[in-house]
Amino acid sequence: MKILVCIKQVPDMESRFKLNSEGTWYDENDLAFRMNEYDEYAVEQAVQLKEQLGGEPEITILSIGPNRVVEAIKKALAMGGDRGVHIQDDKYYQKDPWQIAQAIAAYAGTQNYDLIFTGMQSQDRGSAQVGVTIAEELGFACATTLVGFAYDSGTITVKRELEGGSKGVAKLKLPALVTCQLGLNTPRYPTLPNIMKAKKKEILALPMADLLKETELTATEKMYPPAKRGGGIVIEGELASQLDRLVGILKDKTTVLRAA
Amino acid sequence: MKALLVGEYRHGKLLETTYELLSFAGQLGAESAMVLIGSEAQAPSFSGKLYLAPVAKYGEYNPDLHKKLVLEAVAKENPDYIVFVHSSYGWDLAPRVAAALKAGQVSEVVALAEGKFEVTCCNAKLRRSVAPRTAKTVVTIQAGAFNLQEEPQGTPQLEHLELAESTGKVEFLGYEAAVQKEVDLTRAEVIVSAGRGIGKKENVPVVAALAKALGGELGASRPVVDAGWVPHSHQVGTTGQTVNPKLYVACGISGAIQHLAGMKKADFIVAINKDKDAPIGEIADVLVVADVMQFLPAWTARCA
Repeated sequence: MKILVCIKQVPDMESRFKLNSEGTWYDENDLAFRMNEYDEYAVEQAVQLKEQLGGEPEITILSIGPNRVVEAIKKALAMGGDRGVHIQDDKYYQKDPWQIAQAIAAYAGTQNYDLIFTGMQSQDRGSAQVGVTIAEELGFACATTLVGFAYDSGTITVKRELEGGSKGVAKLKLPALVTCQLGLNTPRYPTLPNIMKAKKKEILALPMADLLKETELTATEKMYPPAKRGGGIVIEGELASQLDRLVGILKDKTTVLRAA
Repeated sequence: MKALLVGEYRHGKLLETTYELLSFAGQLGAESAMVLIGSEAQAPSFSGKLYLAPVAKYGEYNPDLHKKLVLEAVAKENPDYIVFVHSSYGWDLAPRVAAALKAGQVSEVVALAEGKFEVTCCNAKLRRSVAPRTAKTVVTIQAGAFNLQEEPQGTPQLEHLELAESTGKVEFLGYEAAVQKEVDLTRAEVIVSAGRGIGKKENVPVVAALAKALGGELGASRPVVDAGWVPHSHQVGTTGQTVNPKLYVACGISGAIQHLAGMKKADFIVAINKDKDAPIGEIADVLVVADVMQFLPAWTARCA
C-alpha cells in the first residue's frame, strides 16, 4: 500500500501578525512556524495504519512552500513517515486552493497512491478545499472531517464530525482521500532516536513550476485586520486594580450577584 | 444575477441554516433558486424555483450523487453563484461542485464588500478580500454571518431532479447520536470556560473553583477537550453546546469562530487573556489583559 500525507507549515496562531508590503498576506518575518495542527492528526493516522499493517505501507509526506517547510516534513518523518517530497514555492501564498490541489494531484497522479490523508483545513487560510479537490482530480472516493477511522482489507469506515456533536458513519473503498479533524487520534511526539533516523530519510525537491500548469481561479486582493468592534472595555495594569475595576463593572452591568 | 442555493437536510428535516443562504443572496442582490436533496413535505418557504431530489433515493450524505444533482440544477439554471453553508455538508460538497465546473471557490464568507467576498484568516486575527476570476463562483458562507432579517415566506415552484445512477463512491451507514450530556450548560446562568491558555490540565481546578464561587458551571473550548483536560460534556461551541448565560467568563480562550458561535449570545462576556489582540476581544464586553493563572485565584478569593 502506498500512502500520501499532505501537510502545511503555518505560523503559530498566537502570533501577532503584520502584513507584507503588498498587503496581500502576512509578513513572515518574526513568525514561528509549525506543522498545521489538523495535519498532525493526518500524519498520526497514516502511521497508525502502517503499524496496523505490520509496517508494509510506504508513507510519503508532501509539503508546498519555501525552504522552511522542510522542518515540518522532517517532523512528520520523525513521527513515522518514510520519505518526503518538498514542492518548492516561495510565492505559495499567491496560489489559490485550486492551484495547490492541482500541483499535488499532478505529482500524486504519477505515484499510484492507495490512500491520501490531509488535514480538514489549514489554520491560516482555512479554505477546506485542497483535500477534496485533489480527490476529485484523481477520481478518489473522499470523506471529510474525520473523527473516526478504521481500515479493513481495502475498505475504510469513517466517522465524520457533524454539527451539534453527532457523527455520520460512512464506508469507502480505496483508492480514497480523507481529511482529518482535531481529536481523530492523539498525535505522537517524535522520540529522539526517531528524529535522528528521520535525518537520513530522503526528501525529494521539486520546483512548483514543473507541476503547476493551471492559473488561479480566485485571488486575494488584500488582507487586513478586522474592524475593531466598539464598546468592549480593555482592562490593563496591575492585578488588584484590574480586579476592582472588573467587579465594579459586573455590579453595574449584570444581575449576577455573586460575581461581585 | 442569479444564485443557486444548496439547501441542507439532516435527520429528516430541513436545516434552519438553509434560510441564511436566502439572506446572503438578498445581500448579493441575486435572484434565488434552490436545489435540495430533501422531501416535498419539508420544502423551504421562499418564492422561486426549487430543484428537488428525493432524499429517500439519494440519502442525506452521498457526496458523489449530490454533486451530480447540484450540477443538474446548475445546467438548468445557469447561475452566477452556487452557494452553500460552510458546514460539514457544505465544505464537503462545495469543492466537488467547483472542481467539476472549474469554478473558483471562496470559503466561509463572513461579509460582502464592494463585490468582493470577505473571509477570515489566521484564527480570525486577519481578514482577506477575495475576488473570483471565473464566470461562475462557488461560495460557502459562515453559519450565523448572514442571519435572516424577516420570517421566510412564499411557496417555491417545484422541479424534480432525477439521476440515472443511484450509487456513489461513499456509502453512508447512518448517524451516531451525540454523547448524552452529563452537564447541561444551556441552563446555566454563569459559565466559566477554560481554554488552551490555562497551560495544563493541572490548572483546570483553578477555573472550576471560580465557576463554583460564581455559582456557575465549568465550560471548555475544543482544544482543552481534545487534549483530555475536560470531558466533552463541558464543551462550548459548534460541536459542543450552544449557551446563553447571563455571564460568560472565557479564561485563556483565544476565540476561534467555532467557540464564538457557541457563546456569543451570552448577556455579558468577560475574557481573561494575556494577548490583548486575541479575537475573543472582538466580542467580549470586558477584556482583562492578565495571566489567567494569577487573575483567577484572586477573583475566586474576592468572591469568598
